[in-house]
Amino acid sequence: MKFKSRSNEKVEMQLTSMIDIIFLLLIFFVMTFKIAAQEGDFNIRMPIGGGSGPTDTTNLPIKLRLRSNTDGELVDIVVDDTRSFGNDFGKLRAFILQQTGGSAPPNPEDGPEVEIDLDYNLRYAHVISAISAITGQRQGDKIDRLVERIKFAPPRKPQ
Amino acid sequence: MALQRKFDAKAAEGDMTSMIDMVFQLIIFFMVLINFSQDDQNQTIKLPSSELAKPAETPLENPIVLNLAFNGNVYLGAETSTIAGLRPLLELEANVLNTQKKSAKDANVIIRADGNTAGGMVQELIKKCQESGYEKFALRAKEEIGY
Repeated sequence: MKFKSRSNEKVEMQLTSMIDIIFLLLIFFVMTFKIAAQEGDFNIRMPIGGGSGPTDTTNLPIKLRLRSNTDGELVDIVVDDTRSFGNDFGKLRAFILQQTGGSAPPNPEDGPEVEIDLDYNLRYAHVISAISAITGQRQGDKIDRLVERIKFAPPRKPQ
Repeated sequence: MALQRKFDAKAAEGDMTSMIDMVFQLIIFFMVLINFSQDDQNQTIKLPSSELAKPAETPLENPIVLNLAFNGNVYLGAETSTIAGLRPLLELEANVLNTQKKSAKDANVIIRADGNTAGGMVQELIKKCQESGYEKFALRAKEEIGY
C-alpha cells in the first residue's frame, strides 16, 4: 500500500475566536485605564489632648494663624501673633527657613512644632499650601525638610 | 484569446501575525498600568495639590482611608456618613484592629479631603477620630506637576 506524504501541507490554526477575546480584553483595559496624578501624604501625629508627640524643647515653637474671608479665601498669615505675611506663602517659607536654619534635625521628634490655627471657612487647599510651605521646599527632584511636627489647634466655630 | 482568471482564496488571506503582536503588546501595557490600589479613592473628590506631595516609599501600616467631600459627607469604604455620625464606623475599624492584636493607635488615618472643603471640617474630622483613639493622620494631596 502506498501512503501519501502530507508533509508539504500547511497546517492552519483557527484564530478568529482568539482574536475576538483579545479585542474584548483590549477594550476592557482601554476603558478602565485612567491617568491619575500621584498622591502623597503629610503625616500628622495628634493624640487627643496632646501635641504631636514629645514636648517641643526647642525655642522655636511656632503658632501659625490662617485668617480667611467669608468665601474661604486666605487673607492673612500671622506667625506668633506678631508677624504678618499677607497671603504670601513664599514669605512664610522664608521665615521658616530663617528659623530652622534650612534643614530639619535628623530625628523629627527633636525639631520645632508648628501649631496651625485656622478659620473654620478657610479652604482646605490653603491649609495644604501652608503645610507645604512649612514642611519643606523642593530643589529639583530633592525635597529639603524643614519642620516635621505639625498639629492643629482646636477647630473654631463656623463664621 | 480568452484569459481565464483564477481566484485563489488562500492567497487573499491577510497575515495576522503582526496585528496580533501589536494587540498583545497593548494588552500587556494596559495590564501593567492598571492600578487596583485606587479602589479606595473617591473620584468625586478633587484633592488639593502640593509640590511636596510624593508617594511614600513604603505604604502606611493599617491604613484607614476617609474621603471628605465638599458637602461634609465622609466616605469610608462603601459606607457614607456625616462627620458627626462617623463614630460607629471608626469603632468598627478599631474592633477589626483589635482582632489583629492592634489598637486604634496603630492605625494611620488617611484623610482625602476635597480642596474646596472648609478647613474646619477637616479639623472636626480629626477631632472625631481622636475621640475614637486614633492618633496618626496623613493628609493626602496630589502631586503638583510643574510642567
